[in-house]
Amino acid sequence: MDDEFADGAQRAATPPAQPLMAGDEVEPLRQVCADAAHALDACGVGLSVMTTDGTHGMAAASDPVTARIEELQFTFGEGPCIDAFTASRPVLISELGPAALRRWPVYTPAVTNAGIRAVFAFPLQVGAARLGVLDVFRSRAGPLSRVELGEAFTFVDRAVTTLLDGQERTPAASEGPNGLDRLDEAFNHGAELFQAQGMVMVQLGIPIAEALVRIRAYAYTEGRPLREVAADIVARRLRLDHDRHGDGA
Amino acid sequence: MSTVSAGRLAKIFVEVADTMVDEFDLIEFLQMLGDRVAGLVDGATVGLLLADAKGRLQFMAASDETTKLLEMFQIQGSDGPCLDAFRGGAPVVNADLRAAAARWPRFAPVAASVGFRSVHAFPLRLRKEVIGAMGVFGRQVDDFDDTDVQIVQALADVAAIGLLHERAIRRSEALTEQLQGALNSRIVIEQAKGVIAEAHNVTVDVAFELVRAYARRSNRRLTDVAQLVVTDLPALPDLARPDERFRR
Repeated sequence: MDDEFADGAQRAATPPAQPLMAGDEVEPLRQVCADAAHALDACGVGLSVMTTDGTHGMAAASDPVTARIEELQFTFGEGPCIDAFTASRPVLISELGPAALRRWPVYTPAVTNAGIRAVFAFPLQVGAARLGVLDVFRSRAGPLSRVELGEAFTFVDRAVTTLLDGQERTPAASEGPNGLDRLDEAFNHGAELFQAQGMVMVQLGIPIAEALVRIRAYAYTEGRPLREVAADIVARRLRLDHDRHGDGA
Repeated sequence: MSTVSAGRLAKIFVEVADTMVDEFDLIEFLQMLGDRVAGLVDGATVGLLLADAKGRLQFMAASDETTKLLEMFQIQGSDGPCLDAFRGGAPVVNADLRAAAARWPRFAPVAASVGFRSVHAFPLRLRKEVIGAMGVFGRQVDDFDDTDVQIVQALADVAAIGLLHERAIRRSEALTEQLQGALNSRIVIEQAKGVIAEAHNVTVDVAFELVRAYARRSNRRLTDVAQLVVTDLPALPDLARPDERFRR
């Protein structure tokens, strides 16, 4: 068991194979950004992939101008996006005013010069599995309305699903909404799903984010609901290391 | 419960109002609130729910595991006193669970089957907005009088106001940031339970006790310990090594 942990820790320290992704993986993310920008009345939405070991980068944006703005925080090493990732919670800045300037003295003037007045940064994460951040930029100051905030979190869920599934396969169009429903359902009631993620992580000696991918891949391959698979794992009726179906199918 | 001394009550109110601490933790705060309210009402258990950014109630804290399951059952079944208090923005009190099958067809039979007789639910209100609900469950029929209802509702109101004033931030976004962070912390705790259950070959419930006991022993926050369990278990040698006492 100790060796497995050591192995897991080592692998966790290695950057993911394709942190900034191949073209066919970027397109669905770009689509999430474009849809979010439209729905949230934003001047742009950017998505960055980050890992806890410091690997990071802009992965997709609604448009080329936003892509450059999204990259600014990495250039300066500060910004709402980086704080949202570090703290594992949203950082909602409805006005890039004096308080923002004190918090991010280099980032704030740079984005305000680009015409940005408000930034809303949402971490893309499932518990300790931290994947990146979705940034919503607006050219006018003011908070997201309650409805917009709810919508923003729906886009966050979609981005998480896309990131998780994009690593293993491009889901068929018909699987998209279905997969989203499953994740949404899991967020609602899924204590068992999260427990199963921890168990699979230890069973396979892999980082937690990869355990999520494996469980989802297994459920898709077997055509079974995620919750049911998770319940079997927690009840020890199923081990993914004993079942070849789950391996990168 | 009106027999509670004024001195004790005052102490609880001060405690619940004190959110201006250096490292405020939403879950710990709600857990404390639940424990205090449970302590006020003889034999009662307490559960707390908050609405997330999509307006859906999420389980946050409970004074015991059975109550936690009952709260989650209400959310899943979409019926129950806490949902009514949340939707209506007003307390639901003195409900006899044996006579509530028509009102809550899914919740009432389940709550009665695990030994509860009565339930009261209070909205957590912030100005005009309802941000969550608190359920108080009793194993006897223990009716609240008007004063009891006012006291518990006032505690709930103070707690809700305290949440917004946490860190003296008047931004409306602050609560969303805290709440979403707390919801994610709950997921980390579930993942950590899975890690320890697998590493020690114990049930997830025993795993939770191990993680919680370790957090208490080392005087660290449960959420911090859980985060380390999932991301860097070797950094916690006491937890990484299976304890023979808990072997199945």
